[in-house]
Amino acid sequence: MILYILCFILFAIGIYCLLVKKNLVKKIVGLGIAEYAVNLFFILLGYRNGGEAPILDKTRVIANFVDPLPQALILTSIVIGLGVTALMVAIVVRLYEKYKTFDIDEIRRLKG
Amino acid sequence: MLPIFVIIPLGCAFLIPIAGKLRQGLAQLLANSCALLLLFCSINSIFWLKSGPKIYSLGGWPAPFGICMVLDGLTVLMLLVVNIIGVASLVYSIDYIKKFTSPVLYYTLFSLLLAGLNGMVISGDLFNLFVFLEITSIASYSLVAFGTEAEELEAAFKYLVLGSVASLLILLAIGLLLGSVSTLNMADISSSLTNSPSRDLILYCLALFIMGFALKSGLVPFHAWLPDAHPAAPAPMSAMLSGVVIKTMGIYALLRVLFNIIGISVIASSILVWLGIISMSVGVLLAIGQWDFKRLLAYHSISQVGYVIFGIGLGTPLGIIGGLFHLFNHSLFKSLLFLNSGAVEFATGTRRLDQLKGVSSEMPVTSATSLVASLSIAGIPPLCGFWSKLIIIIAAFEAGNIIGALVCIFVAMVTLASFLKVQKYAFIQKSQEIVSGIREVPLFMLLAMLFLAVLCIGVGLFFMPFVESVIRPASEVLLEGTNYAKLILGA
Repeated sequence: MILYILCFILFAIGIYCLLVKKNLVKKIVGLGIAEYAVNLFFILLGYRNGGEAPILDKTRVIANFVDPLPQALILTSIVIGLGVTALMVAIVVRLYEKYKTFDIDEIRRLKG
Repeated sequence: MLPIFVIIPLGCAFLIPIAGKLRQGLAQLLANSCALLLLFCSINSIFWLKSGPKIYSLGGWPAPFGICMVLDGLTVLMLLVVNIIGVASLVYSIDYIKKFTSPVLYYTLFSLLLAGLNGMVISGDLFNLFVFLEITSIASYSLVAFGTEAEELEAAFKYLVLGSVASLLILLAIGLLLGSVSTLNMADISSSLTNSPSRDLILYCLALFIMGFALKSGLVPFHAWLPDAHPAAPAPMSAMLSGVVIKTMGIYALLRVLFNIIGISVIASSILVWLGIISMSVGVLLAIGQWDFKRLLAYHSISQVGYVIFGIGLGTPLGIIGGLFHLFNHSLFKSLLFLNSGAVEFATGTRRLDQLKGVSSEMPVTSATSLVASLSIAGIPPLCGFWSKLIIIIAAFEAGNIIGALVCIFVAMVTLASFLKVQKYAFIQKSQEIVSGIREVPLFMLLAMLFLAVLCIGVGLFFMPFVESVIRPASEVLLEGTNYAKLILGA
């Protein structure tokens, strides 16, 4: 249980950093932290105490195995996260070229 | 037959850069023929549906174990919406995209967007839906930033941050569901949830799903990114965003999860009704003061999506029919309006309503089609917007929701006022000075606008057969509720 609570705290830190920090680069880091927290949550779902890898073996029967499905899902989710982060970094670089700053308070031409 | 809806655009997305290396026109041809083929397939899918819902198991693994694709009434409606607007936007792009430097990249991203949208609609697996949702999101973030000017990048960054938060919330909810029922097939989740209900978990998932999808569709407390992101994109992309993307990513996915997986409850439907009422009124009140043509349209999108959610949240058969019909109609006329605003900007170089000098005599086709769309969104009979609003208002009175019905009527009047302003400043008003050098836009842009205008009028005139053949099967899927599981798994 303590692991799930820590995982949730990690998620909250990530979201806090994403929404409150003024620096664009820190926002990217915050998104990364939140994403890893969700990934960790999925891995925890599949974890069994003392479980083994579920590999089909004719010589012995594996009674207690970890759930492989969340791991497969998280591989996909990590790749998606990579894509989003790369796009975000690209946009931030272009923003820096236009505004010469990483401070979100100075980047506000859009209003209303 | 079902995987073609994903295979065609995804294949095209990879072929287009190669074709673009050889010749730019080839990439254009490829993207447009892909969209036309998709439209043809989705019109055909109305007839495939005649013999009940279709299920395709990927790799031959049967439904609860493998990933499956499902074609039912709601899917057919959304496929039609996605592909009609897709064709119109791509045909419009042929001339419009000339003012950007890299059309090949634009077409690649656009095909990816179509692949994501079609995939989301047709998927029968919750995680698969999430993956397609992310494909759609990434394609739309980068298309919003496509102009790479300061404002566009700023809007795209805002959209990206809020969109990613929404995706994380949705992923977390999927994880919670997976942890409690150990399956990802939508039908299987729904039947496991009805067997072992655990109220707290379902409520928590419900909250996460509603937050996530409402952020994606820009309903009012979550709308901050929408009025920036939609005007920043190139005009055909704005038409896609307002007409299709917010509906598929937000409304369709929310309805699928609420009605078919978790099962609609009193709490959920009253949340939908109130989200709808707030979005309708706040959206339209913010819209009326805007002077940027596209920004005004973006605020109206919030308000019209409010109608859709309100109608469906009523939960009566008539309300659901009205909501889904308004979803279809809104995608037609709002895309048309965005294409019109793009044409005005293309010809005059500005989209500030107070700087426009009334271009109706120089641009007759654009102004005629925009008149059709404006009257349609304002709900003037016999255009399509009138019927769906009428159905929603009647349904609200029937369901006893008098406040909602009155808000609907009030918002319809404010919408009319707001579009009279658009018509006056952008098209009808005549100034003393002769404005020279403004010409009607090129052929393909006109074709796309005429196509949507004819559909607006056609759906308005023949709304009964249309509702019977497309909207009613879709509403039956939602009314079916969690029985959906039996249909899919039993087959």
